[in-house]
Amino acid sequence: MYAYIARRLLATLPVMAVVGIAVFLLLHLTPGDPAVVIAGDYARPEDIEKIRENLGLNEPLHVQFFSWVGALLSGDLGTSIFSNLPVAKLIGQRLEPTLALAIATIIFAILVAVPMGVIAAWRAGTLTDRVIMVFAVLGFSVPVFVIGYAMMWLFSITLGWFPVQGYKPIGEGFWPFLRSITLPTVALGIIYVALIARITRASMLEVLTEDYMRTARAKGLDNNALLIRHALRNASVPIVTIIGIGIALLIGGVVVTESVFNIPGLGRLTIDAVLRRDYPIIQGVILIFSGAYVIVNLVIDLSYTVLDPRIRY
Amino acid sequence: MPRLLTATRRAALAALAAAPMALGLGVGPASAESVLRIVPHADLKNLDPIWTTAYITRNHGYMVYDTLFAQDDKLNIHPQMVGDYSVSDDGLVYTFTLRDGLKWHDGDPVKAEDCVASIKRWGQKDGMGQKLMDFTKELKAVDDKTFTLTLNEPYGLVLDSIGKISSNTPFMMKKEHAETDPNQQVPEVVGSGPFRFVKEEWVPGAKVVYAKNEDYVPRSEPASGAAGGKVVHFDRVEWIYIPDPATAMNALINGEVDLWETPAVDMVQLLEQDENVELAVIDPLGTQGWLRPNHLHPPFDNPKARQALLYAVNQEVYLQAIVGDPKLYKECAAYFICGTPNESDVGVEALQSHDPEMAKQLLAEAGYKGEKIILMQSTDIPVLNAAALVTAQVLRDVGMDVEVQAMDWSTLTSRRAEKKSPADGGWNIFHTYATGADATSPIANIGVSGGGVDRAWFGWPTDEKTEMLRDDFAREADPMKKKAIIDELQGRLFDHVVPYVNYGQWFQPVAWRKGLKGVLVSPVPFFWNISKDSG
Repeated sequence: MYAYIARRLLATLPVMAVVGIAVFLLLHLTPGDPAVVIAGDYARPEDIEKIRENLGLNEPLHVQFFSWVGALLSGDLGTSIFSNLPVAKLIGQRLEPTLALAIATIIFAILVAVPMGVIAAWRAGTLTDRVIMVFAVLGFSVPVFVIGYAMMWLFSITLGWFPVQGYKPIGEGFWPFLRSITLPTVALGIIYVALIARITRASMLEVLTEDYMRTARAKGLDNNALLIRHALRNASVPIVTIIGIGIALLIGGVVVTESVFNIPGLGRLTIDAVLRRDYPIIQGVILIFSGAYVIVNLVIDLSYTVLDPRIRY
Repeated sequence: MPRLLTATRRAALAALAAAPMALGLGVGPASAESVLRIVPHADLKNLDPIWTTAYITRNHGYMVYDTLFAQDDKLNIHPQMVGDYSVSDDGLVYTFTLRDGLKWHDGDPVKAEDCVASIKRWGQKDGMGQKLMDFTKELKAVDDKTFTLTLNEPYGLVLDSIGKISSNTPFMMKKEHAETDPNQQVPEVVGSGPFRFVKEEWVPGAKVVYAKNEDYVPRSEPASGAAGGKVVHFDRVEWIYIPDPATAMNALINGEVDLWETPAVDMVQLLEQDENVELAVIDPLGTQGWLRPNHLHPPFDNPKARQALLYAVNQEVYLQAIVGDPKLYKECAAYFICGTPNESDVGVEALQSHDPEMAKQLLAEAGYKGEKIILMQSTDIPVLNAAALVTAQVLRDVGMDVEVQAMDWSTLTSRRAEKKSPADGGWNIFHTYATGADATSPIANIGVSGGGVDRAWFGWPTDEKTEMLRDDFAREADPMKKKAIIDELQGRLFDHVVPYVNYGQWFQPVAWRKGLKGVLVSPVPFFWNISKDSG
């Protein structure tokens, strides 16, 4: 097991190296010039050229690449071309809102979706099942920003329960934090609720028809024990897999949610940096994101051994 | 037993009382700090208003730095940091004395040598500054409070340049910072303006915080534009950047912010219906649209083809597409902004005639034979996106073969520097706009420069006569003669150069919560003089 973990962790290095090279090349070969953005619309070409020179953007591509890699190996993600602040500091400022939103969304999605999927499977073919599945289809179909604006109108402007925008760190108090994170969590979480509920239902339906379930029922087990201890546990591997995929998809999902609810997270940092061609930030954030992908996948793979003792690495 | 119950009850009450604190529900100690929260038009990404011409950095400059002279709401220039000044009889020597009480945010006094260094740095970077430096023989500090500027020959724009309201505004910085290469950012933000920049609370992309500078001594005159007393009524001003217009509108309606600098035009109607929100145009100069042809390559290297654009464009069509509400735009053909002393009606007939047949005739005379026109369309800026689509149709209507190439603004700004022919990756047309404050004179308006490949702005118009007239304007001090030069220059621009086609002038309203008082009329949003009704 430990050897497997070590192998997987070592395997992340070439993955990150490929991501790093690909991102660097894509960025630098894409049209766009941060010096032009910095100088502003009315700057003269010679001023732009001087800024480009000062920023080292005139250096050959391989020189820029090795200078970035060299700094990276010593733990330096670089400095923002625009704000002159270290990329690590900028990522640090944005990490908490994104993590809070992602974790809250996953918790919300699991707490709502798994019981929904279990109930739908248990009541398969009934009105309850159909209502839950209609909700799941809607959850897939309605874009996050539509849900976001609708909730903003109802819960913020009309009822005044939550703020329209912004993020309050948990350090400023749990209640302000909760108020700021509730609407974005629900707006972003609905699609994951739909996804996880459908997979849970499908997995549960498969398990519920197994012989051992019939045996358990014959033993006289009550519904709770039957559904949760016997059926859900055996149906959990695909559910956990889809949750893992959901976490990976969240990285894309937070971008829209952070924009709609004005949460200063990593998603918005990335978009702003892309629009301005702030190369060090884009490179730093994508490396962090790809590292997170790899770690999430590893955790999901390891969780299989807990959920299904037959799985061994 | 009763005693136990009481104790239990007390403990329970104490726990209940403590719970909100534990959960962070407590409101904490009462705070008397007053905060003005505004949604700026853009995110503050860099902090040096000389390094960049970005308007958001200029606005940041006005918060933390001060200027020697400043422009009022009638476009007149007044002393700001300067207490007294004099001009020698021959008009060659300007002597400036700083007013009392000026201090940097670190407590040091503002000295004349700081101002000399600041003007020199600005003079290397800004167009008007460079022009002023061309005419300057010597700039030196006489003592701690006095400095002189000596000219080679009389120059009519000394105070207009030093009191320039828009980018690059000549902000005064400490000597040690002002000696930084103008193409590098200053290492620190230490100004002498009415607000201090709170760097530790700056989150690029989200929030900028300014604290009231308690040491600032405002002038005694009432505030007017950038001039007069900069009296601050709030302890803090927070710029909360909200990129999504719908969210910004909801935040204003919900009272989470006090002022929104640039409400999207399609949301103006909704905001007008809200009883808690006020809307007003505070920039009387507005914004001027530019359709910029590339003067280096056919067909627009031929003056007749550029004139054809004037006949083809109908400003009303553009303004309807990009603004919609007639209250917020006006047709204005003048190059140097309607409503200013430099407005002129010489030569405007071509742009006002809306004559596609004449446009076709001029294109034929220019030898246009159906070559492909590369039109760069910036899809991420709604105004420019709409203008490009209108132009594409306008040009097709006069028989041109147009290829619209969609891209984001960042890509467009690099591509427009390309001087190669359109077939080899160059371009024929792009759109942009300039705030009125940047286009009111032949020197400030870089779009009219005829300096060619080496000195003109992207698009590279080349015309010696234009350059000569711009120089004449800069030298002239007599307002009547200046106006005559403007007329002659504008005639030349319309009849021959057509550096760009002005596709209209529009006005951006500002929205704020009712109860906010003292929002100043100016092309730049200022946050002094504003107060809030306590009720």
